[in-house]
Amino acid sequence: MARQDKKRDVVIVGLGWTGSIAGIELAREGLDILALERGHDQATVPDFKYPNQIDELKYGVRLKMMQKPSRQTVTVRRSGDETALPYRSLGSFLPGNGVGGAGTHWNGLNWRPQPEELRLRSYVAENWGEEIIPEGMNLGDYPVSYDELEPFFTHFEKVAGISGKAGNLKGEIREGGNPFEGWRSEEFPMPPLPTTYDSSKFRDACLAAGYHPFQASAGIASTAYVNPYGMQMGPCNFCGFCERYGCYQYSKSSPQTAILDALKRMPNFEYRTESEVLRVELAEDGKTATGVTYWDEAAQEEVFQPADIVILSSFSLNNVHLMLLSGLGEAYDPLTGTGTLGKNYAYQMNGGVSLFFEDAEFNPFVGHGANGVCIDDFSVNQNDFGALGFIGGSYWRSGTFNGQPIRSMPLPKGTPSWGAGWKEGIGKWYGHAMSIGSHGSHMAYANNHLDLDPTYTDRHGRPLMRMTFNWQDNDLKMNQYQKSRMEPLAASMNPDVMQSSFKGIGAQYDVRPYQTTHNTGGHIMSETAREGAVNRYCQTWKAHNVFAMGAGNFVQNTQYNPTGLVGGLAYWTVQAIRTQYLSNPRPLV
Amino acid sequence: MKTFLKIIAGLVVLGVVALLAFILVPVQRTAPTEQLAADWAPQPGQGEYVMRAGDCAACHTAPGGEPMAGGRAIASPMGTIWATNITPDAETGIGGWSLDDFRAALVDGVAPDGTHLYPAMPYENYRFMSEEDIRALYDYLMNEVAPVRNEVAETELSFPFNLRFGIRAWNWVALRGEAGFHPEASDALQARGQYLVEGPGHCAACHSPRNAVMAQDGVHAGDAGFLAGGVVGDWGAPALHGPASAVKDWSVAALAGYLASGRNVHSAANGEMGLVVAESLQHLSDADNIAMAAFLKGLDGAVGEVPQELAAAPSGHAMPPEPADAAGRETARMLTEAQPDMPLGARLYLDNCSGCHFVTGKGAPEIFPELQGNTLVTSAQTAPLISVILHGASLPSTARRPLHLAMQGYADRLGDDEIAALSSFLREAWGNDAGPVSAGDVAAVRAAAPAH
Repeated sequence: MARQDKKRDVVIVGLGWTGSIAGIELAREGLDILALERGHDQATVPDFKYPNQIDELKYGVRLKMMQKPSRQTVTVRRSGDETALPYRSLGSFLPGNGVGGAGTHWNGLNWRPQPEELRLRSYVAENWGEEIIPEGMNLGDYPVSYDELEPFFTHFEKVAGISGKAGNLKGEIREGGNPFEGWRSEEFPMPPLPTTYDSSKFRDACLAAGYHPFQASAGIASTAYVNPYGMQMGPCNFCGFCERYGCYQYSKSSPQTAILDALKRMPNFEYRTESEVLRVELAEDGKTATGVTYWDEAAQEEVFQPADIVILSSFSLNNVHLMLLSGLGEAYDPLTGTGTLGKNYAYQMNGGVSLFFEDAEFNPFVGHGANGVCIDDFSVNQNDFGALGFIGGSYWRSGTFNGQPIRSMPLPKGTPSWGAGWKEGIGKWYGHAMSIGSHGSHMAYANNHLDLDPTYTDRHGRPLMRMTFNWQDNDLKMNQYQKSRMEPLAASMNPDVMQSSFKGIGAQYDVRPYQTTHNTGGHIMSETAREGAVNRYCQTWKAHNVFAMGAGNFVQNTQYNPTGLVGGLAYWTVQAIRTQYLSNPRPLV
Repeated sequence: MKTFLKIIAGLVVLGVVALLAFILVPVQRTAPTEQLAADWAPQPGQGEYVMRAGDCAACHTAPGGEPMAGGRAIASPMGTIWATNITPDAETGIGGWSLDDFRAALVDGVAPDGTHLYPAMPYENYRFMSEEDIRALYDYLMNEVAPVRNEVAETELSFPFNLRFGIRAWNWVALRGEAGFHPEASDALQARGQYLVEGPGHCAACHSPRNAVMAQDGVHAGDAGFLAGGVVGDWGAPALHGPASAVKDWSVAALAGYLASGRNVHSAANGEMGLVVAESLQHLSDADNIAMAAFLKGLDGAVGEVPQELAAAPSGHAMPPEPADAAGRETARMLTEAQPDMPLGARLYLDNCSGCHFVTGKGAPEIFPELQGNTLVTSAQTAPLISVILHGASLPSTARRPLHLAMQGYADRLGDDEIAALSSFLREAWGNDAGPVSAGDVAAVRAAAPAH
């Protein structure tokens, strides 16, 4: 028999970026709020203490900050013909754990999507006709436009404390910024950080080639900073320990630096850690949720927590899992195209070139997660899809983003991977390598989806979620195109050795090596209840008092890191709750 | 001979009578300094505001205890003084106290039964409070604070400090100037600031030096020692005016911002001051924090620009760190060059501190304090500097700056010799001019329990 606690106005599932945003904005409305966090509590001091935090073996290799697969994981297969097996050892993607979530251990790359990416199906149809859309691709428009989201992107960037330089200020293209970005109503909150030698070298090559280099938009502080909540950041020292770590120096944008201490002051907000939500409970008519049931680790019991509003703000994969388990929609069937939950799971298509220079010293221990010079010359809104034979694009970036020695000692192919030969190779090449990365879009396909696994269960007896995913030709062609453009640019820099790493046609998804934690879709936004799981306000079509945050809302993935769109959508959603929903709870569409 | 004995006996009798009178004759209570109308009543919230301005909770609320229920241990050189229960509980609190009783405690330092309060209760300063504020505070404690039954341990100091009647004589020496507020400043804003600083704020209790009998050597603007710098336990409370003033280069806005949030472009409130910000100053109005800042700056002449209000929560505010100035350039150059043979203290600074405080020693505005010219670094009291390096420091979360900003400690990373070398480096870097710290100094602080 589950314990039942007193009813709250709002229960928030997961206290990362979006849970914190929902928490503080709705607490400001005077609502009584409880946030439930599966993991542990963590704060800059004492948890991210220097030098203990920058222990690469513990956090970078053994992944101390991440979700434990023994507690929660997915099963994976590449197509409906295969039997999915549990993802028992983290590799391809790294869901976070604990207060702050992935917002604590990210790299700080904060991008907005291009306006075209939010209306991609219409953009393709208008320019090349729908006939170029390949069979099996679920290409869609987001049911919300860039112009509508712009104020919310801007606000999130102020809260998160983003450094950069505007390239398109209210339509005016500005020197030094990204000329191909969507318009910005305001300049970045902080100026860009200084650049490292590799990124300067890349910038020079890009300028010589006639491209348009600009600095990456960074959730890393270039100055001291105070955000609209009065929260603070201190300038980054370029230690190079961002991704997989909490920042010991208050320099990385995170729920800890941007929101949590302001939120914890509010008397109508409470949060509980070690509290894993098992399912959302629906009313008998199935049209609203009555609250959530969670596992209270300390009490070792299930608790029913009644609430008027449920905010799902856990990691995208966990949100989808909860929705599938709770019946917050019908599971997607790729054969019939019916159902919406688990639909349009998408990822990221990345590649890159490594360059080795015997005479150049790159000081690879100097950097930060969002360091680097970028170009958008081969991005979604610059590519002629009809002529190129694919839909998509990528941004390129060069700059040391990881000064960590164990995982960042690139060596030319053919160097022995152990022993005296390896030592000699490290001696010769350490500090003499740089790289250029291509970070590409990933479309949505009927094949790539999420549902409940028929075989495997978790420690609570719930079915694991099953991921069916494989690379598709459209994105692989895009990747090969980036390779064909990047290699000549890299060669123009005259490296002594140069090697590429781009997946080619026929590549199969391998869950072992790390690729990215940009797992998107699964509870996608849609114009109608038939096409997706949530409406344009991220309100579930099934139960109007359940709102789902995060990248699970993405119709298909963009070419950028997802946080900027996740943050913008979160502020867009809480604005709708505050101004439209609270006074008259109902389906908003 | 008989006559002589008679005289002696007479003197003894006289002495005994005088001593008995000294001990037993009740202290004359000071009358109200102002006659308020019979139906005078405080505005809603007024009494609580006075409680905040007087920082009553800092002593009378124990860590984790009920508000105002007492029980916090206050360390003094004479022994531990236990803060009393000032909730309106009739038996263990002040529920049975009349307004006159209450005023006598604040102004004369006397409990209703005639017992003298130990001057840890800053009646040296509270006696300058207005009658309105005293009445409002009484009304708040009696009607808005929940009565809590909490028997607080009796304060038991060693002989002779356990003889409380002796405080009567101490009061003859210590309590100078009439009760009530006597403004020096003609400007209304500075006069308000003076009132808060001298009266409820009791700033002199820490920031004025103590004289030979441990009384505050300067309680009033114009007194020679007023806010000239004091010592609280092992911590220095810096001078707030004069040539050694910790705030001489601060603007009124920066000083008021520090009072309101515990941090500004220069510094951060450590130790006792952090508690003052947490319990008292962050709850005061902008106008009052600005008034105190203006008054303090006015003690040295030019007040400079006075803002109308402190900047509201900014809409994203970037503040670049400052470059090294002339006094700091040489140190900054040495640290930037980072020669392997640089002195140990400088190397330790580079390895452990410069990420936040920078080679310039300028820190970063509002988050990482300046070390150049920082009175905590250069104070004659070296324990606070050593303690911060060993155990770290933290700032309270305030409404204006909610980040619970903390510096980590290095006790587990640096040895006594290293911390001594590092501290000595800090005390002479960037133009700082203070003497070295020894490994023995560090060992002593390490052996003591962390103060904050």
